[in-house]
Amino acid sequence: MTTQTQSRMGATMNAPSALPAVPVKMQARDVKVFYGAKQALKGINLDIQENRVMALIGPSGCGKSTFLRCLNRMNDTIENCRVEGRLTIDGDDIYGRDIDPVQLRARVGMVFQKPNPFPKSIYDNIAYGPRIHGMASHRDEMDEVVQKSLQRAGLWNEVKDRLREPGTGLSGGQQQRLCIARAIAVSPDVILMDEPCSALDPIATAHIEELIDELRENYTIVIVTHNMQQAARVSQKTAFFHLGDMVECDDTEEIFTNPRDERTQGYITGRYG
Amino acid sequence: MTELADPDVRAVSPARSRYQSDEFVARLRRRYAAEQRFKYAGMAAIGLASLMLVVLLGSIISQGYTAFQQTSIALDITFDAAEIDPQGTRNPEVLAQANYAKLIRDSLGTVFPEATSRADRRTLSDLLSSGAPFELAMMVRDDPSLVGTTKRVWLTASDDVDQFMKGFIPRNVAETERRVNDVQVAAIDRLASKDSIEKSFNTTLFTAGDSREPELAGIWGAIVGSFMTLAITMALAVPIGVSAAIYLEEFAPKRWWTDLIEVNINNLAAVPSIVFGLLGLAVFLNFFGMPRSAPVVGGVVLALMTLPIIIIATRAALKAVPPSIREAALGIGASPLQTVLHHVLPLAMPGILTGTIIGMAHALGETAPLLMIGMVAFIVDIPGGFTDSATVLPVQIYMWADSPERAFTERTSAAIMILLGFLVLMNGLAVFLRKKFERRW
Repeated sequence: MTTQTQSRMGATMNAPSALPAVPVKMQARDVKVFYGAKQALKGINLDIQENRVMALIGPSGCGKSTFLRCLNRMNDTIENCRVEGRLTIDGDDIYGRDIDPVQLRARVGMVFQKPNPFPKSIYDNIAYGPRIHGMASHRDEMDEVVQKSLQRAGLWNEVKDRLREPGTGLSGGQQQRLCIARAIAVSPDVILMDEPCSALDPIATAHIEELIDELRENYTIVIVTHNMQQAARVSQKTAFFHLGDMVECDDTEEIFTNPRDERTQGYITGRYG
Repeated sequence: MTELADPDVRAVSPARSRYQSDEFVARLRRRYAAEQRFKYAGMAAIGLASLMLVVLLGSIISQGYTAFQQTSIALDITFDAAEIDPQGTRNPEVLAQANYAKLIRDSLGTVFPEATSRADRRTLSDLLSSGAPFELAMMVRDDPSLVGTTKRVWLTASDDVDQFMKGFIPRNVAETERRVNDVQVAAIDRLASKDSIEKSFNTTLFTAGDSREPELAGIWGAIVGSFMTLAITMALAVPIGVSAAIYLEEFAPKRWWTDLIEVNINNLAAVPSIVFGLLGLAVFLNFFGMPRSAPVVGGVVLALMTLPIIIIATRAALKAVPPSIREAALGIGASPLQTVLHHVLPLAMPGILTGTIIGMAHALGETAPLLMIGMVAFIVDIPGGFTDSATVLPVQIYMWADSPERAFTERTSAAIMILLGFLVLMNGLAVFLRKKFERRW
């Protein structure tokens, strides 16, 4: 499997000349985040390209999760959290007046570190999002949305006979794919993943990585990971965060083979982190 | 990784022997001994608590179970048409006003022909409850064809006869020291020999309102009053309490004023309940002029008292819902309200229900604030509405415990058993609902 993924990734890597043509989906300019008096991000500039996987790596507490949570305004739920600077999606200011956080989160889906399916049936887990957004008017449509989402998440064959059973009864890896299916069901443009494999075993992780690579065709993906091999396997672009700064962002291959900053060098060679 | 080859670490044997030394073994034994002592102390505490519970329940049940039986006396009553309905119209008003006491006296006269003196006849009449003539009137009202016939009917005995039959009034003491005199004792013995006096299930206790006569007193009025009061309490306290808790827990910003509110709610839960009664008296009765002794006022006062309990329980239940569920819902674009209503609240439901029912049980057993708003009045009628005068179970118990008649002692215990029965029922409901709504996540 791993070789397969690598070879597929290698194909995209081999065509760097195509990269400049890729449109930018989300853009961060001088983004600063404060938790009360403590500054967590010190002015981040980053372009996230459409239909690419962007990996955010860095040691614990470097602000990569904070940055990820700015992208769909999940930080709004944290008391005393303040965001400065400019963040855009398709040119719209994420923190602007005319963007509603609820609407934004439907456009920018999120998958969390720990699989968190609702304590409802597998079907209802998927159907909840489309239902509240009025995306399916009757049952047949909803059934189709559910089936398609589960198929895209590679879970359909495993659960098609037990859609009425609770989602919490699945294995950890299946639960995480269920969460991905749930995020896909509302047809977002961007999917944010916050260490989606850190609670999973290697086989389930391989499944998810494969899935991420397939999802790239239709979605823009930003993934935070502690696992550098994972970043190398699934992403086309990698950004290295350190102590609230974005140190370096480049093609994944460049970052891992030829890092420009010595902090990046130190981190990927395992000197700290 | 390379430390394993380190010579320092390879010197394991002296370190291991430290854990085998006598001193270490002795210390280990002391640790186990401490654990054992703690276990025994805990078991002793549980044993003691159980013992107290058994003593409490035992004393209440042993004192109260006799109240579920009531003595009655069978008499051959001649429903004399000339006495009951001289005109023969069978007019219900005439039937109701007839002198049924005379019928009873006549019947007793035939059973005890030797009692000729006025005093003796009166003494014999006292065998029966003062409600006995009324019972006859009810029979005739329900079946006017009884008039003109003679029928053997069971009539409620007076409380003294009842207590005598149950053995609470001893036979072998001087006549002046018991409430049943020698003539009555002889009469009871005669009735007993003819199988005309017996104890049967006391339905009056469950169907009647309060009365000055213990044999006519029942708990039904208090039960109805209690449930009307609780209905008001629940209708007010649950929606307000749950909404307040949801707002405070899920939406309110953390500012100094929300902290202040939180502190105040916690303190309110500890305010003595009689203070709420005083508040009710001052505000609802004196200022708003609401009716005295009414379940509606009692319900409002108890709702004020129960609110903090429900708010605290609901907040705890909401806090216990893992934040990952909120993130999951928000992450797919649910609004904060949808997140709470669709996901957080259902998961918090078991806790909320438990808190609510415990609060309600608390309210059911509350006496002091209701005394303040006049629900301690002597009320014979069963309340028919929320503004009728009523009393509640615990207050009824309080009033009966205060009554001098011996027969009220057992009825007090019986009422306590009924109240405890309702509390057990409510707690059972709480457990059932918690099990039913409990979900894994």
